[in-house]
Amino acid sequence: MVAVSNIVKTYNKGSVKAVNGVSFDVKQGELFGLIGPDGAGKTSLFRILTTLLLPDGGNALVDGLDVVKDYKTVRGTVGYMPERFSLYQDLTVEENLNFFATLFNTTVEANYDLVKDIYAQIEPFKNRRAAKLSGGMKQKLALSCALIHKPTVLFLDEPTTGVDAVSRKEFWEMLKRLKQQGITILVSTPYMDEATQCDRIALMQSGNILSIDTPENIVKSYQQKLYAAKADDMYALANDIKVFEQTASVFPFGEFLHVTVKDNSDATALKSYLQQHGHNNITVEQITPTVEDCFIALMNKP
Amino acid sequence: MSDVVIQTENLTKRFGDFTAVDGITFDVHQGEVFGFLGANGAGKTTAMRMLCGLSKPTSGEALVAGYDVYKQTEQIKRSIGYMSQKFSLYEDLTVLENIRFYGGIYGLTNKQLTDSTDRLIAQLGLQNETKQLVGSLPLGWKQKLSFSVAVIHKPKIVFLDEPTSGVDPITRRQFWDLIYDSSHQGITVFVTTHYMDEAEYCNRVSIMVDGRIEALDTPTRLKQKFNAKTMDDVFYQLARKATRVES
Repeated sequence: MVAVSNIVKTYNKGSVKAVNGVSFDVKQGELFGLIGPDGAGKTSLFRILTTLLLPDGGNALVDGLDVVKDYKTVRGTVGYMPERFSLYQDLTVEENLNFFATLFNTTVEANYDLVKDIYAQIEPFKNRRAAKLSGGMKQKLALSCALIHKPTVLFLDEPTTGVDAVSRKEFWEMLKRLKQQGITILVSTPYMDEATQCDRIALMQSGNILSIDTPENIVKSYQQKLYAAKADDMYALANDIKVFEQTASVFPFGEFLHVTVKDNSDATALKSYLQQHGHNNITVEQITPTVEDCFIALMNKP
Repeated sequence: MSDVVIQTENLTKRFGDFTAVDGITFDVHQGEVFGFLGANGAGKTTAMRMLCGLSKPTSGEALVAGYDVYKQTEQIKRSIGYMSQKFSLYEDLTVLENIRFYGGIYGLTNKQLTDSTDRLIAQLGLQNETKQLVGSLPLGWKQKLSFSVAVIHKPKIVFLDEPTSGVDPITRRQFWDLIYDSSHQGITVFVTTHYMDEAEYCNRVSIMVDGRIEALDTPTRLKQKFNAKTMDDVFYQLARKATRVES
């Protein structure tokens, strides 16, 4: 459905490399995530795929259409929700939705089934101007407007950034229901914990893809044994593990420290080292890595 | 208990008939890392603006660094540091120029400015970048630099508003190292975040729902109280009860 081949994008006459030859495919009906921090190149890629930016190199097809040569047709078939709210602030909820339907030569009635689930939540406020909506309601309106012409592919650029944990969960539930209706969705996010909501993900950093696979396979490909360590004084624990000669890496993860040891050996030496240093209530357990562990490991790869 | 540096009692802010902050009462102690959580629209930003002396409360009391939020806002501003989620250093000034500019604004003497500039640059490992424009630095470095600038005058309290939004996972953790270092030097850290794993790094956490503080305790005790495995669960249990729509 989306075929990206060796896309390159630079800014400032080539001095800033935003996307460094990125390739990936997205299948029909897939929920595909671009996961990475700011500066990974996610927005540049989305803008290229939605024909708002020209790539410096490479090519990309969206539903079989070339994003450069067939840009006019692509524009009529994709849905795009940019990170910044970009609806008309001085139009009402209903006017915005009608406007976008009209732009795409369709009507709200024709595709109401597709947006019903989302739009119903803001319909009680349909006479309110978009500017007066809350963040969560703006997001729902923007999603409805991006969907109202029944796009072949839906591009969502960081829809959950700055959104609280509860609203984020709700948003992913909405995406899953959309996916069940057969829409191909590309979504980007800096939150690593959202990766597991996607069918497949591309982990991105500084314009490069570090890995592309299902979240399960990315987790399986983690090379090291990973341990979660905890003790009463976490600050001292972190400092002690940092200077332990057998430590390969140590990073705080919530209430635990995630630790890998050199030569991928077991944690016996680590445990006795911590006991010798007078820590109380030590637990060190081998755990399954999260996508964030994998991202960190890939970032540290030379 | 150590010294109280933030003390509020029934602190309230109304905008017309909308009560953004609805009688919050809590204390924060010196050197504490205090997580100030809540859903979008729960009233966090309004509460923070009152504590920073930027917005007058409608009613209730609050002392910040010993100063009254109604009458002594200028003293408050001198005693605190503030870092917003939006990067606020000058992109077209160099690293060195930004440090000296903010240090000057915070009222450091030339001698103090020279000392703290050297210390800060060494701490961040930016020795080779002092003459670079801040705009050309990677986001992670910018955020670490903003934090260091926000504490350059050794404030009693530093307020951090979603400091790690969009930052990569390694830098995010280095950022928390900086937070811990400051807290060990006695600076109180008042921080908001949407990363629930970061809530675990705080000494105590408050969770705001619809303008009120619905829970306040250490992460361990909150998890016990709500019979939850993670702070994410605790947050979810509380925040989904929110009834009001943010504005």
